[in-house]
Amino acid sequence: MLSETFFIVDFPALLIVILASILCALMGSFLVLRKEAVMVDALSHSVLPGIVMGVYLSGSFSILYVMGGATLSCLIAVLGVYALQRYARIEQGAAIGTVFTTMFALGVVFLETYIGGRVHLDTQHVLYGALELTYWANPFEWDSMPMQIKTLSVMLVITLAFMIVFFKELRVSTFDPLYAELQGQYVTALHLIQILLTALIAVSCFEATGSILVISLFVCPAASARMLCDRMETQMWLSAIIGIFCAITGYFCAGFLPLALGFEHSINAAAMIAVICGIFLVLSMLFSPAYGVITQKKKLFN
Amino acid sequence: MHFFSDHYNIILVIITTIMLGLSCGMVGPFLVLRKEALISDAMTHSTLPGLGVGFLLALSMGLNGGRFLPFLLLCSGITALLGALSVRWIINRTRLSQDVAIASVMSSFYGLGLVILSIIQSLETGNRAGLNSFLLGQVSGLTQQDLFMLTGIATLVLLLGIYNFKALRLLCFDPINAEFLGISKTKTENILLFLMISVICAGLKTVGLILILALLIIPPITARLWTDRSEVMFALSCAIAALACVNGVVVSGFFYDLPTGAIIVLSCAGFLFASLILSPIRRIINAQ
Amino acid sequence: MNIFMPLIVKDLSCRYAGQHDDVLSNVSFVANSGEIIGVLGPNGAGKSTLIKGVLDLIPHEGEVKFFGGALKDHKTKIAYIPQRSSIDWQFPVSALDVCLMGMYPRIGLLKRITKANREEAMSYLEQVKLADYARKQIGSLSGGQQQRVFMARALAQDADLLFLDEPMAGIDQTTQDLLFTLFKDLKAKGKTILIVHHHLQSAKEHFDRILLINKILISDGPPNETLSQENLAAVYGGITA
Repeated sequence: MLSETFFIVDFPALLIVILASILCALMGSFLVLRKEAVMVDALSHSVLPGIVMGVYLSGSFSILYVMGGATLSCLIAVLGVYALQRYARIEQGAAIGTVFTTMFALGVVFLETYIGGRVHLDTQHVLYGALELTYWANPFEWDSMPMQIKTLSVMLVITLAFMIVFFKELRVSTFDPLYAELQGQYVTALHLIQILLTALIAVSCFEATGSILVISLFVCPAASARMLCDRMETQMWLSAIIGIFCAITGYFCAGFLPLALGFEHSINAAAMIAVICGIFLVLSMLFSPAYGVITQKKKLFN
Repeated sequence: MHFFSDHYNIILVIITTIMLGLSCGMVGPFLVLRKEALISDAMTHSTLPGLGVGFLLALSMGLNGGRFLPFLLLCSGITALLGALSVRWIINRTRLSQDVAIASVMSSFYGLGLVILSIIQSLETGNRAGLNSFLLGQVSGLTQQDLFMLTGIATLVLLLGIYNFKALRLLCFDPINAEFLGISKTKTENILLFLMISVICAGLKTVGLILILALLIIPPITARLWTDRSEVMFALSCAIAALACVNGVVVSGFFYDLPTGAIIVLSCAGFLFASLILSPIRRIINAQ
Repeated sequence: MNIFMPLIVKDLSCRYAGQHDDVLSNVSFVANSGEIIGVLGPNGAGKSTLIKGVLDLIPHEGEVKFFGGALKDHKTKIAYIPQRSSIDWQFPVSALDVCLMGMYPRIGLLKRITKANREEAMSYLEQVKLADYARKQIGSLSGGQQQRVFMARALAQDADLLFLDEPMAGIDQTTQDLLFTLFKDLKAKGKTILIVHHHLQSAKEHFDRILLINKILISDGPPNETLSQENLAAVYGGITA
């Protein structure tokens, strides 16, 4: 099985989904604990116009331009949600829904009008991800290493450093924000950095997963870990492990399951990973030893 | 475009679009008033596996190459209902909160939908193109029968909405007292759920499942900026949604080959932006 | 002990965004060291709003001075225990974790929690008689135990001024007595405690002073004076009297 094609095609793709799943699970844990999981939904849609503008201006998927554009549109989205809540007295959910659908629509129109097939980026890419386009011409050689692997690794280092350094401040400001604010624990600054990191992670996963499937990587492993443990440290590493597990399982299911069943094509890997993440969440909701719905019912009968 | 070559068809498309806009504008305010805007996001994304399954089922029965619209819409309605029930189940039965329920249900169902779409693609290349248009919306490709059916669904939603208007309004405004005033909460909630699923399905083809949320929530919040009276809010919301839909269809059909849904959403956003600047209510808030 | 008054509030008014009327208007009072002050009033009188306004957690007008200075200069001297409903009790933290949070400002930014920190935190949990529950997730503790965990956090912080929002809601009599004893210990050490409370009888027994509010400050003084028949009739419409 470990043929040359494995190292050229499957190995980099696997590396990408594993890196992406760790990143998303770590950040997702905080979002789930903050009860802000819909922020991912909003941000992953809102970065689209920024990505498209970045691609348009640089003429290619240049990561600096794209990240810059995404940061800008994330900023606009956050300000937009805030302004709608503040000045139009619109409830948070509706404000988020308004802003992200508008930004996404804007992104789609930009994409169709300005890019129109000139650069390697199209609507399909946004909707389904383009994991299958990845390849590493000379495996384990730095020069031909896919850009996404580099980007995701850098993001992982940044995110891990941020979380390790500020772990106790993040814990108190997530658990009891009013108290943390009173104690001068940089609640607002930390929250803004979290939002920005979430948007950047969504962008770095964008090429692999598109803008909708990434939500699954953010929310499902973190929510599964939430069902399974009661320690914040455990929550962090458990969600990462669940993420990795779902990514690997999903990738292989997508690649080999249809071939085994006699279909000619393989299935979209990013979508399959989202499905596996969903199945894992359902299983942990039902069978978690402490909080599972079925486990608790059994306890009642015993 | 070939599609608009025939005047009769143009008129039919415009009428259908107006009716779709009116019905979305009618149902939207209830969602916004109940603060359930994002739950409908989970429902709209949940339609995708239904579309895929419907396509496969229709194909296996030999119906019209799998593009038999009524069947697709019925199946997508069923999975939208499943999505809504899943969200409710997660909130009520597990320790997870509403935001997690919404985000996990929408992404998992959407993922499942894409898996089914890629299976369809591996069955018969090219056929998936018909389903792709459901993601971002496209008017061309609708047959006359489809248009009649969509108009029918929209009319039904409008009539049901108007008939149950008082009960629905009470449910949104004061759900606890609704029960004492002789309105069954469960029954009214079910009617609302039915209306939501109907408008989502009816709008799938035109607006697309990713962006139809905007057509449900932007018109009501725009209308809310102009009035404090619920009847006026509903009427305005219907008008805004209908105008946005017509604008989207005309612009995307005549001038550019852009996704209809995106133009509709941007039209809605345009109305909202203008209202934020012009509306009297905003001035009151600023004066405070 | 500080030579300045722990808390001086002058003409405090609070209003929520988009509303025409003040939730609370022109409240003025001072708090002395070593005082247990109860904030009483009917539902919607603005009791929690008062605390949040004082602590600059919501927009407000008026002047508030802590220990003779601004809030930001004395933040670590102030402990705030929020209303039970504002805490997510499912949150994955243990009693010890919550207690340790009180020491974060002292431990400092960028520094890790040491074993010595943990042992110190344990000593505060011992003071509230919860040492045996240190490793338990907070949601698995009883209501009274949860309140005591937050008291331990205030102890860990070594705060001189404590604000508690409805600490006795849904807590049985035995635990309430235990908490009141704890308050008295703190008072003996010269700490000032401000408690939002709703039970008139226990307020009479345990508080040194009572602020009776209903959108405005109705009365401020010892329990026997503030909880007079006329005042209560004015505030509660004579129902509770």
